[in-house]
Amino acid sequence: MAQSLNRLKESASQTAGPYVHIGCTPNFAEITGVYSEDLGASMVNDKTKGERITISGHVIDGADTPLKDALVEIWQADASGLYNSPAEMRGSADPNFTGWGRCPTDMTTGEFRFETIKPGRVPFKDGRLMAPHITFWIVARGINLGLSTRMYFEDEEAANAEDPVLARIEHRVRVPTLLAKKDGNGYTFDIHLQGEKETVFFDI
Amino acid sequence: MSGATLSNRKPETGAFYQRDLDWHPPAYTPQYKTSVLRSPQKALLSLDNTLSEITGPVFGHNILGELDNDLIHNFAKAGESAIGPRIIVHGHVLDERGRGVDGVLLEFWQANAGGRYRHRKEGYMAPLDPNFGGCGRTITDENGYYCLRTIQPGPYPWPNRANDWRPAHIHFSAFGHGFAQRLITQMYFEGDPLIWKCPIVDTIPDREAIEGLTAVLDMEATIPMDARAYKFDIVLRGRRSTLFENRREGN
Ligand SMILES: [Fe+2]
Repeated sequence: MAQSLNRLKESASQTAGPYVHIGCTPNFAEITGVYSEDLGASMVNDKTKGERITISGHVIDGADTPLKDALVEIWQADASGLYNSPAEMRGSADPNFTGWGRCPTDMTTGEFRFETIKPGRVPFKDGRLMAPHITFWIVARGINLGLSTRMYFEDEEAANAEDPVLARIEHRVRVPTLLAKKDGNGYTFDIHLQGEKETVFFDI
Repeated sequence: MSGATLSNRKPETGAFYQRDLDWHPPAYTPQYKTSVLRSPQKALLSLDNTLSEITGPVFGHNILGELDNDLIHNFAKAGESAIGPRIIVHGHVLDERGRGVDGVLLEFWQANAGGRYRHRKEGYMAPLDPNFGGCGRTITDENGYYCLRTIQPGPYPWPNRANDWRPAHIHFSAFGHGFAQRLITQMYFEGDPLIWKCPIVDTIPDREAIEGLTAVLDMEATIPMDARAYKFDIVLRGRRSTLFENRREGN
């Protein structure tokens, strides 16, 4: 017998359920007075560098109905492409930008909305620059393991064309599922859980 | 949130081990009906981590209020407390290498002792407890340990098949060091016969994985005449060391 690797198994995921807001955004769930504010509700302040953008969208199920009980989290680099994280070794990110946002989908309309800035480009492992993108993580009742995907910007055609991750998508007709549409000062990004327009989800 | 690191440990920058998707529940699990229209049907795009997955925000202990991890009191009127069997839940957050993970933001939520959630869309007839909100949070210490105090939640019926009941459970959200380490799961209680009848538990293919979500009664940590203790460890994804990972020349 050889030695053992002595690895543990990751705790198995379970759905966030219908009441994820109680735990993650209690003020939104009308449980007030416990935390002063919901974490991830604001990503920027007056001093944040970069182009202000709004990202809004829906998480849509296989019957074309927006989820009204989902929770969406995003993670992104600052305007110069640096992450506000201890694992960021290339420099110090903008201290006025958290890079992380959390938003429940509206209980009536299903819309999520983030006030943020346009991220800069971040290098891929081999040093090539990835196109500006935002990492999304979606949990909800009926989703057994949180879904990961990325949002890119449709008006970054040149950068998108050389992005090493987008290049990995075999069926090119599916690339647009990751492209946010320009819409005034903001972008809209709908996430389709299944069907013809199913978003490309990642195993990362 | 603050940019400061929580310990003297050097931050790790290695990619996370691939997730074992045969261990986690699959997306499509018809016994849990809501998953049917919410499950992606196409293959996932598998990627070794880039900086976007390896990095993640830091949550400083300064965000925590004194009662954040005390669900018996954090919503109660002064001098009052939530109704139900008093328990302490404590445990170790490790990664797959067996290392304690410091600075993990744990958020938890649960039904009250009668099995009722404090939520606008909750319809179960069991009464609300005016002194119980049902949410709490904490951050693991420098060695990865955490604890919380609460009341034991009740089981509750839910609309799925005509007579489905959830075993008593506490929902946990864990935010580790990288965004790709993000995990939401549920804690069950040792000995609850409903565990093996629950379609949501049943989405997990492996019995051992279910046992890994089942907290064990810990009499040694129990406070006599006050609160029973349950131990619940959480394992997050491990990560590679970066020692021999080369970057292309010039980068
Ligand atoms: Fe629940």
